[in-house]
Amino acid sequence: MKYFYVGATPEVDRQALTAIAERARAEFGAPVREIELPELDFAFDAARGQYGSIPMLEMLVRLCPGDAFKVLGLTERDLFIPVLTFVFGHAQLGGRAAVVSLARLRQEFYGLEPNREVFLERAQKEMLHECGHLFGLVHCGDGSCAMSLATGVRQIDFKRAAFCARCAARIERKPKG
Amino acid sequence: MKTHWQILVVDDEEVMAESLAAWLREDGYAVDTANSGRDAVEKAAQRDYAIYFVDLKMPGGMDGIETMMQVRRLHAEASIIIITAYATVDTAITAMKEGAQEYIVKPCNPEEISLLVSRIIKVKNLQRENSILRKKLSRQYHFGDVISKSARMQDILKLAQEVSSLRSTVLIQGESGTGKELIARAIHNSGDRAAKPFVAVSCAALAETLLESELFGHEKGAFTGANQQRQGKFEMAEGGTIFLDEIGDISPKLQVDLLRVLQERRFYRVGGSEEVKVDVRVIAATHVNLQQAVAEGKFRDDLYYRLNVIEIRIPPLRERREDIPLLAQHFLERISHELGKEVGGISDSGLKVLLDHNWPGNVRELENAIERAMVTCRGPELTEDDFAFVAQNGQAGKAGWAPPAGITIEEMEKLLIAATLQRTSGNIKESAAVLGIDRSTLYEKIKRYEIPR
Repeated sequence: MKYFYVGATPEVDRQALTAIAERARAEFGAPVREIELPELDFAFDAARGQYGSIPMLEMLVRLCPGDAFKVLGLTERDLFIPVLTFVFGHAQLGGRAAVVSLARLRQEFYGLEPNREVFLERAQKEMLHECGHLFGLVHCGDGSCAMSLATGVRQIDFKRAAFCARCAARIERKPKG
Repeated sequence: MKTHWQILVVDDEEVMAESLAAWLREDGYAVDTANSGRDAVEKAAQRDYAIYFVDLKMPGGMDGIETMMQVRRLHAEASIIIITAYATVDTAITAMKEGAQEYIVKPCNPEEISLLVSRIIKVKNLQRENSILRKKLSRQYHFGDVISKSARMQDILKLAQEVSSLRSTVLIQGESGTGKELIARAIHNSGDRAAKPFVAVSCAALAETLLESELFGHEKGAFTGANQQRQGKFEMAEGGTIFLDEIGDISPKLQVDLLRVLQERRFYRVGGSEEVKVDVRVIAATHVNLQQAVAEGKFRDDLYYRLNVIEIRIPPLRERREDIPLLAQHFLERISHELGKEVGGISDSGLKVLLDHNWPGNVRELENAIERAMVTCRGPELTEDDFAFVAQNGQAGKAGWAPPAGITIEEMEKLLIAATLQRTSGNIKESAAVLGIDRSTLYEKIKRYEIPR
């Protein structure tokens, strides 16, 4: 039996982790297990004041249990890749590990009043997006599809928390073996 | 389809190159990386990338500007984006002066890169479409340019127009020189795929192994001389149409490979292990009677049925003689323009030679005959004398034909009627016209000779 592992760094709120794990279970039809993740201090870049998504991905690959089908890591830390100012998430295209940063999904990041509903919806969309990459999907031209490219929260809010029919058809949901 | 466009990211810092490459791959592009200017130039020599992201500062005596200049020598149309962490006005000016399309400072906003790449690709798509349209204009492949007043040809053109926007495979059968490729191009250019490539392959021109590589491409090292990965014609025709001429001449192995592509729309490059998916319409053509080849076991029946979804049979020129004067005049005007030689027309005696000839080489032979006559003619129009070579060839052809030995007149008549019916696909009106008898007489003879229709 293969499992879809979902883990979070210690600062992530438990309710968010549960909501996302539940959505992953419903979407991909694989049994979901939780995995504990350590603090991300090792990935901190003092010059940028952010955390590297590549070291976090490498950590997930190291911690990935043998019975893992896919593994998704959540963090409240603001992630980046060297060439970009930030990323909402990062995945190994067609691989096993993906990460989602919740930092920029919160209204308060933009100086607005907190809104839990909006935050959780954005988190689910980003989870679907990065998992889509794990299943080999690339960005979709349909702006309402979870696989459309979002470089800001407005685009995340515009898309639906679901794959378009074309992307959904391309996902092999159940683990082999 | 984004994967059609390939991008090269050049940066001596591996993490920098790989992270940008991974991000672009998520956007659906095929991306390679190079860790130095030299590496980039070597890769550019092997493959034509649409966009190059080049880091400005790289060690090893070849910085981003030098790399860009060398890549430009190989691919003048390449779009090069210089990236740097140390932006100054001077370096930006130098980069742009030397031909960089854009100059960006890292780390950059994800939106900036995304917009930049999609803008460049949009321009490249427009350039490609523009080039296809320009070619189309110059070659004028339209239904209107398939010149014919024959009723059978008009029916064929109508059918071709009707099927132009379908994805169904088309099989065009006809003797050599009847204009099979012209019909194929007309179908492509009238349909939804007109803006995409039309790629023609002559299956008879190449040996089996060469044809396989020509059609499906090959990986580097797949065979001796395969020094670099090469796209096959199927990949080149992505989104468009592939025209497989002389399909009846392909080997049994290629018949199997082709059947797989037609069934699954995917294949492997020669020496490759990764499946390549394609969206290509197939139009095949042959001068061979494929049905007979199937009956003789020379051509796979499953492939035949896959190819023969829509069948177009182009009649030979001798069966549509009414087109001869029309085509002759068209070629005369075109060649007159090309040669810069004023020739007013074709005399009645000249036209009689053309009408009497059997044209085994069909429209192509007629075109060549007009050209030859135009080159040698000295008068204001083409006369019987200018076509003396046609008459001689015709006599030779007639002398070479003899009816089967020991055949009666009745048997000969039966054979002639059966052959005519076959050529007109059982059309009584047309057969009667060709045979020079009225329809009721034809019906009577069909009944008497028990000729199947």
